Amino acid sequence: MPGGEVRAGGRAGHDAAGSGAGATTPGGSAAAHAARPAGADALADPGPDRAQYGLAAVLAVVGVWTVADSAGMGPGFADQAVQPGAFGWVIGVALVVLAALLAVATARGNRPEAESGEDVDLDQSTDWRTLAGLAGVLVATVALIDWLGWAIVGALLFAGAATVLGSRHWVRNLLIGAVLSVGSWYGFYVGLGIPIPAGVLDGIL
Amino acid sequence: MDALLTGLGLALQPENLVYAVVGVLLGTAVGVLPGIGPAMTVALLLPVTYNVSPSAALIMFAGIYYGGMYGGSTTSILLNTPGESSSVITALEGNKMAKTGRAAQALATAAIGSFVAGTISTVLLVALAPTVAEWVVVLGAPSYFAMMLLALVAVTSVLGSSKLRGFIALALGLAIGLVGTTTGQARLTFGNPLLADGIDIVVVAVAIFAVGEALWVAAHLRRRPLEVIPVGRPWMDREDWGRSWKPWLRGTAYGFPFGALPAGGAEMPTFLSYITERRLAGKHRAEFGKGAIEGVAGPEAANNASAAGTLVPLLAIGLPTTATAAVILAAMQGYGLQPGPQLFEAEPELVWTLLASLFVANTLLLVINLPMAPLWAKLLRLPRPYLYAGILFFAVLGAYSVNFQWFDVALLGLFGVLGFAMRRFGLPVLPLIVGVILGPRLEEQLGQALQLSRGDVSALWSEPVAVIVYAVIVALLLGPLVLRLIPGRQGPERLEDEVESLEEEVRS
Repeated sequence: MPGGEVRAGGRAGHDAAGSGAGATTPGGSAAAHAARPAGADALADPGPDRAQYGLAAVLAVVGVWTVADSAGMGPGFADQAVQPGAFGWVIGVALVVLAALLAVATARGNRPEAESGEDVDLDQSTDWRTLAGLAGVLVATVALIDWLGWAIVGALLFAGAATVLGSRHWVRNLLIGAVLSVGSWYGFYVGLGIPIPAGVLDGIL
Repeated sequence: MDALLTGLGLALQPENLVYAVVGVLLGTAVGVLPGIGPAMTVALLLPVTYNVSPSAALIMFAGIYYGGMYGGSTTSILLNTPGESSSVITALEGNKMAKTGRAAQALATAAIGSFVAGTISTVLLVALAPTVAEWVVVLGAPSYFAMMLLALVAVTSVLGSSKLRGFIALALGLAIGLVGTTTGQARLTFGNPLLADGIDIVVVAVAIFAVGEALWVAAHLRRRPLEVIPVGRPWMDREDWGRSWKPWLRGTAYGFPFGALPAGGAEMPTFLSYITERRLAGKHRAEFGKGAIEGVAGPEAANNASAAGTLVPLLAIGLPTTATAAVILAAMQGYGLQPGPQLFEAEPELVWTLLASLFVANTLLLVINLPMAPLWAKLLRLPRPYLYAGILFFAVLGAYSVNFQWFDVALLGLFGVLGFAMRRFGLPVLPLIVGVILGPRLEEQLGQALQLSRGDVSALWSEPVAVIVYAVIVALLLGPLVLRLIPGRQGPERLEDEVESLEEEVRS
């Protein structure tokens, strides 16, 4: 059967995600594991997911910050029944409590169920090089967009992202990007009446 | 009825018809792309509707909405792995059918089933929404406060596999909603005047859906391309019709009520529809797991009916219960419209044009998409670097076109990283988006309720509807715990576990 191999790869990814779900729900997952050898392999050495402590720390920081921000607020107007700081207090405290709960759950072996998808292969470890490349492209976009304008930056964004993602024909990438960005600029400007600033190309476009 | 006919007349004007066609085409084209679900489709295409009149924008939106839904089901039938939880069941039988050379019939029954379910559900929506609006218009702030609280609790605790993660996502969303100066004092703005108006929900939605997804996929990109099953023009013979029409109707009956309830979602009705069809299949029962047409027709109708059902609470009460509905709500707020009972009184023409254009979009979907299916299938072969570079491109364009400021693009990147982290740590997206949207409105209603009672907290449960809603919230939160405590009884099976065991059963 054509595509049998591909499907097998997809299955394995699915199973790994499935066993993650089993681990997060305490009851009734043992039988499910037994039925899935591939998932059981991935689960052979569970250990706490240390990165989750990082998430808990970030949540705690956001929570403390929110509480501090609310505490520094003056009293509201006379007709304000809900003080401006009230919601911040509640949400900030909730974040800190949730961070603590997450840390406890992590220590007790609770693992997240990473999201699967059509193009996602969860058997692969995280590809940090590609991520760093995309982050660089996005940072460059932010830095240049007001100066160079959408037509140029959009083309560079597309070409840069496509190259980082594995399309090595950078001339073709750049051409497609240029067509997309100039096309979308005119589409927005003429078709939709949304005047995107032209940047350095002001007067040329 | 007259109002609907007027709306239909407006929706059928040539200019508006063009908007509807463009919406359907764009929605399907974007929705069919792998990795892009209906919510992301709607979020990515928001900027396209910025500068047209509100009625034209809503007409286009109706097309984008239905087109995106249809595109998603095409993807899950022709590729094995569904991107949306609501398409999981469709993919089960649909992909088996496609593998045995019946892709055309699977697509046809999905498309026609969606049309039938969409049409019936829109009729129900037209009948129900104004009634519900009339009923809730007399309610005061305490009841609204309670209902928003219910929506938040429901989307957080009913869906998803981990309540802890649901509430984490909700709290993050509420925190994002705090940013701004709506209360007269700057909250979480870091002294930055650009944040004084709060963070644009479009930027948050596009970042979490599109940028987060692109980064997540980039980190785990499948290096071997998926098998795409070639497909001709969809068609069905007499027998297929005979086997499909009852599942369509039953699927609609499951889907609409679930969609209309807060946090009903599409997972439960598609699942129930599949089980029911398998039980009722009679002599075709052996085909289940090998590509039974009933198993595509029923769930797909249920999926579409629930999508129309979610518009009842959205339009009549202003409560979003799915990610797509949340983005639509944000879009309507962007046009200066506040969904809710007042909308029916303030802008009747607009509401009826929207409802009428749902019929138009639904019909266009069938007329345009059935013949174009082979073309859509080609989109599935788009090289992945171009696909995800394109998603980033349009995400940045969308964020930039909000204010033409680099600052929004920077926020997009920041929340994109959050979106990536959410996928890594299994945090559900829906509670966050709903939290961002409903948080400020929750505060507003609370303020109103307490202002009228001069700070007396008991005003919050002074309306009977509010009391009932609080009881439902308590039942939602404590129900599973109580059931688990009853001796001799296992806790209620989780929907995900059941779907998984079903998948195992079908695929083995």
